[in-house]
Amino acid sequence: MSDHSQDIAAAIAGAAAQQEALDISAGGSKRDLLGRECNARVLDVSGHRGITDYQPSELVLTARAGTALGDIQAALAKEGQTLPFEPPMFGGRATLGGTIACNLSGPARPWAGSARDLVLGVQLIDGLGQILNFGGRVMKNVAGYDVARLQAGALGTLGVLSEISLKVMPLPEQSITLVYDMDASAAIDSMNRRAGQSGPLSGACWFDGRLYLRLSGAAAAVEDTARSWGGDSVADSESFWGDLREMNLPFFHSPEPLWRLSVKSSAAVMDDPSPTLIDWGGAQRWLRGDFELAQLQRVAVAAGGNASLFRGGDRKLEVRPQPDPVSLRLQQRLKNAFDPQGILNPGRLYGQF
Amino acid sequence: MRSSALPPVPLDKLLQRLRQVLPADCIVVDTESQRPFECDALTLYRELPLLVVLPETADQVQAVLRICHELAVPVVPRGAGTGLAAGAMPHPEGVLLGLSKLDRIVDIDPVARSARVQPGVSNLSISNAVAEHGLYYGPDPSSQISCTIGGNVAENSGGVHCLKYGLTVHNILALELLTVEGERISIGSQALDSPGYDLLALITGSEGLLGIVTEVTVRLLPTPETAQVIMAGFDSVTAAGDAVGAVIAAGIIPGGLEMMDRLAIQAAEDFAGAGYPRDAEALLLCEVDGTRAEVASCSQRVEALFKELGATSVVVSQNESQRALLWMGRKSAFPAVGRLAPDYYCMDGTIPRSQVSRVLNEISALSKKYQLAVANVFHAGDGNLHPLILFDASDPEEVHRAEQFGADILELSVQVGGCITGEHGVGLEKLAHMSSQFSPAELALLEDIKAAFDPALNLNPGKGIPILKRCQEYRALPARHRHE
Repeated sequence: MSDHSQDIAAAIAGAAAQQEALDISAGGSKRDLLGRECNARVLDVSGHRGITDYQPSELVLTARAGTALGDIQAALAKEGQTLPFEPPMFGGRATLGGTIACNLSGPARPWAGSARDLVLGVQLIDGLGQILNFGGRVMKNVAGYDVARLQAGALGTLGVLSEISLKVMPLPEQSITLVYDMDASAAIDSMNRRAGQSGPLSGACWFDGRLYLRLSGAAAAVEDTARSWGGDSVADSESFWGDLREMNLPFFHSPEPLWRLSVKSSAAVMDDPSPTLIDWGGAQRWLRGDFELAQLQRVAVAAGGNASLFRGGDRKLEVRPQPDPVSLRLQQRLKNAFDPQGILNPGRLYGQF
Repeated sequence: MRSSALPPVPLDKLLQRLRQVLPADCIVVDTESQRPFECDALTLYRELPLLVVLPETADQVQAVLRICHELAVPVVPRGAGTGLAAGAMPHPEGVLLGLSKLDRIVDIDPVARSARVQPGVSNLSISNAVAEHGLYYGPDPSSQISCTIGGNVAENSGGVHCLKYGLTVHNILALELLTVEGERISIGSQALDSPGYDLLALITGSEGLLGIVTEVTVRLLPTPETAQVIMAGFDSVTAAGDAVGAVIAAGIIPGGLEMMDRLAIQAAEDFAGAGYPRDAEALLLCEVDGTRAEVASCSQRVEALFKELGATSVVVSQNESQRALLWMGRKSAFPAVGRLAPDYYCMDGTIPRSQVSRVLNEISALSKKYQLAVANVFHAGDGNLHPLILFDASDPEEVHRAEQFGADILELSVQVGGCITGEHGVGLEKLAHMSSQFSPAELALLEDIKAAFDPALNLNPGKGIPILKRCQEYRALPARHRHE
């Protein structure tokens, strides 16, 4: 549980001097997810761990990037709090840094916000090995550009996350899951209708012909809403949402390529190909099989969003759609500002950088 | 750095080009008509621009940007001019680009709970337009009647409800952006995330330094079934601060949680007659919202906590009109305090909540040192403190003292682990204080981000971030505005 930021900074500065590429790694739980293949020397940052500050009454926790999510959730649970974006723990291997770099959020995302949304500040080591701090440990901070939230989803290509401050929230007093038999189209309709009503909705998922709605929050609100919405309640609510969050449902166990469509929540069910699992109240749809990125991207654009190859398939190719030329130029220049030698996770996000 | 390294802007040529792309009444040339644009709500900083342009369409904005880019003319964007950091103060050699005429709500999608709006649409009019669908737009800055969504994006505005419902960055889905060269890009989508770097986060709060927003897609929230306000007076700021901590520790996230000190309470009560306890040293307004059962249970718990922690008076709103009245005092606090002196200077530091009594005590000491009264209004839920320093702008010596006082408050905020601005932005006002919050290497990276979007530094020059590395070719503000 010690501070290795100086060692990491020195390693990066050394690599920058040699123009040697680095593959940033800690728990390795997302090595084969989200990003492209990255052929470079592994920089292991897993030793840089430990919660450095936690003030329950401020709703703020600060931890080093290599800290296991399980350790963070355990510390929070003692104070009746949690990471509201419900990140997957991937068998205990997931670290805070990797979770933020991947911007990975669980079923509560549409209501509780994403990993990115909960970031308050970061300590970052840039591609020259400089230790930099952006954002802070307070809820509001608009001094300078939002470099902290920019790190979320950058897959470590803009710097090695060293320390992260997050907003945390109280654990819900109670949760109830309601289940209804219906087809995907009716489920999307129902998810959106319910999300438009005042109430403690905190999860909405469809698969295998069933819609699951989770209510969580103050007991009075949860019970009232459950009574008024009707439907059967699931006995073991927690393990269902846990399996969904951890991608442990049988649907995710196939070796086939796994595709993620991030779309407008109310977009109609695409009939060819048809998603097999719908989460995030309709806004995240999963597909398995051998597709072309361009083919699914066309489908996703029509549904107001984008497609990506989340797991498996050929990860030497692009796994997410290319930006338009102007956005690509801006992103390349940003990359150059943070990592002028281009040594941090080259190729992980896009082939170009 | 003493003078601009660039040749003067050719006004005749600029005018001739702009007249080809804009209707005549969209270009303001004469000085008297330009006066209303010389400052934003921080009136200490004033400057007249070369020209004011008020385009009516995104295509016109694009044409203006292309011309200004070609002629190397600085562009300063402006919404409703309610900003409090001189972020919209014109550049004397530049074009002031007013976006107020782009004020159309383009589309409302009640099912997916989003709305596409032009940047000049006012914050409150979005909520008004979607109310019939049982929806509203979350962030609610005090200026919400007049401030525009484009300005909210530029400043990442908050309001009294952000602890529970987030800032602007948490409540927008997509932007249409014009680069300084006039190229059009879409950022984000109707989905909850997009591939690549999170430009949506980077643009939000960038104070018009990285691009010009011509359309915003906002996320809408279902209107809570009901809400109730618990008002409590305390005989010390410390006791009120402890009560705030106790509410959070009890696992309650209020929709809004506001604190006011004695001077602010009295001014607001004189102004609004909301029934605030005049003798209290500190006042808390705690709003709980949600379903009826939830609100009933939470408000009982909050009321009990406040009484347990020594509240000298507690009032729980019994109906909507009483709730509105209790809020009216708080929402009119700025103009109410404004009646106590010729002018007031509104500060915007953010501090850890636990530091509030220490900070307020030190502000009180500074008030004696500078011999200027101060009223404090505090977004206690999220640690955002607004001290209002009272002064007389017609007295240069008093202006100087007010500015020194303000600067000390910003330094104090950073010292206790907070930051120099929570929601008003850096603008021109806090440029000199950026170096108390950021190291030279951090400032250099912020400058490189600016240059990635605007290599010639023509968008809102002299604001937001100090320019240190590239000063030679930079069209600096005149010396009286310089903060380097």
